Amino acid sequence: MRTQALATAFNTIVTREIRRFTRIWAQTLLPPAVTMTLYFIIFGNLIGSRIGQMGGFDYMAFIVPGLIMMAVITNSYANVVSSFFSMKFQRSIEELLVSPVPNWVILAGYVCGGMARGLGIGLIVTLLSLAFTSLTIHSLPMMVVTVFLTSALFSLGGFINAMLATKFDDISIVPTFVLTPLTYLGGVFYSIDMLPEFWQGVSMANPILYMVNGFRFGILGVSDVNPFVSLGMILVFISLLAFIALKMLARGKGIRH
Amino acid sequence: MTHALEIEGLIKTYGDGFEALKGIDLHVAEGDFFALLGPNGAGKSTTLGIVCSLVNKSAGKVRVFGKDIDTHLSDAKLNLGVVPQEFNFNQFEKVFDIVTTQAGYYGIPLKQASVSAEKYLKKLGLWEKRDTPARMLSGGMKRRLMIARALVHEPKLLILDEPTAGVDIELRRSMWVFLEEMNRQGTTIILTTHYLEEAEALCRNIAIIDHGRILKNTSKKDLLQELSVETFVLDTASPLASAPELAGFATRIDGEGALEVDVLKGQGLNQVFVQLDKLDIKVVSMRTKANRLEELFVRMVEENAEESKNSLEGVA
Repeated sequence: MRTQALATAFNTIVTREIRRFTRIWAQTLLPPAVTMTLYFIIFGNLIGSRIGQMGGFDYMAFIVPGLIMMAVITNSYANVVSSFFSMKFQRSIEELLVSPVPNWVILAGYVCGGMARGLGIGLIVTLLSLAFTSLTIHSLPMMVVTVFLTSALFSLGGFINAMLATKFDDISIVPTFVLTPLTYLGGVFYSIDMLPEFWQGVSMANPILYMVNGFRFGILGVSDVNPFVSLGMILVFISLLAFIALKMLARGKGIRH
Repeated sequence: MTHALEIEGLIKTYGDGFEALKGIDLHVAEGDFFALLGPNGAGKSTTLGIVCSLVNKSAGKVRVFGKDIDTHLSDAKLNLGVVPQEFNFNQFEKVFDIVTTQAGYYGIPLKQASVSAEKYLKKLGLWEKRDTPARMLSGGMKRRLMIARALVHEPKLLILDEPTAGVDIELRRSMWVFLEEMNRQGTTIILTTHYLEEAEALCRNIAIIDHGRILKNTSKKDLLQELSVETFVLDTASPLASAPELAGFATRIDGEGALEVDVLKGQGLNQVFVQLDKLDIKVVSMRTKANRLEELFVRMVEENAEESKNSLEGVA
């Protein structure tokens, strides 16, 4: 396919993905907005006022970057895993497989679709947070690059999960038993300085810690880890997952007989 | 001669060891209307699935208009339109979006895709339903939607896997007319079907496949020549108590009181009528007992099953 045709195919996939999650906005856009508002009210306002400061900031200001990142991570992942698996389940994935779209364009299209939802919800949560606290941005480039790359990484994760899944249960196992615990233990609600030394070491093995802290550094200028190490790690994971996803597409894992 | 499709030594062995295709060779000329016939599990859908990239082949070569799917897959796919056996579109999408999205996958910009979608949705009687979610369509409309989707990028080769399954007779006939028109305009068509009358009515060349092997690949005309006996059913003006004796023809009365006459290849029907006229038997209508192709098909598949059984017994 020529470059122009590739661009059209890519746009078609992304547009279809955006059309899908906006069509079912009550399932995709509204729930995270409600959940995050409750987090702001309960953890930030009610409990946070008794906690005092963390990392040199009000507790509410401290948890906002983590909650935005949590929304971005879960929604980027959820969009791709549910969309791609639904296509497999309904066999509408065959529309793509019989077409001349190269695998890398399929992957890029789905990842950008996931990013559109993840980042869109990230923006909604950010706007909601302004009702509870004021945000001053320490480093806009760091904030933007971290959130974009994190969204891309978890979109890739969702894609691989969807390719491996054979039933609907399989697409909820990773978000429930892997993503949620890692996110909650990834420094969204606390600084790992508060933990005993052993658990600080354990926390360092959690990749989500690096993403939350990289993003928090972009907004607040404080981080439990070196933000450039965070970016490096995200890039390494993106490369690894993209390689795995392309290999699986080439073999037709779960989508070709 | 340019070939729309060339298949050489195609083998497919599934993960569980089942050999679905055991070395298929098939050539379909450009402009042909070709039928691939076979019983359930014969290997039809696997063969077409490999051509359309929905199934990975184990060995062999496939070329679409000279483009090898191993080395020029994208170019090969550009020439292909596929209508699968089962509904495989997003049931929640609108009809128009399904068709234009498919065009987008082929690199056709939305403006151009919309024109093409309108053309085929109108031709297939779906234009009024363009804003309807696909799940709200009737079965026949869904089948037509899949045809519109397959044609939106104007493919040179259209593959239809059981396109009229579950469709009422009137709609089936209108789909035949549409497909014949597409073929006249230059689109090569390959179809699989269980309705052998469909293959007999539409196709110029026919291949019969069973147990992963091509049993026959020839023109419909030559294939029908192989039919040695054809049975005609004659409805008579007055019921017959017993079958009349006709010189050179086997006759009998069927369960509904009609006269059945076996006519051998080369025999004329005139002799039947001359003799019936002499016996003062008036015929009011006549039909073939079974579809001619169906008789051949059943015979070939049964012979193949018998051969397979014998060879297995030989091994045992």
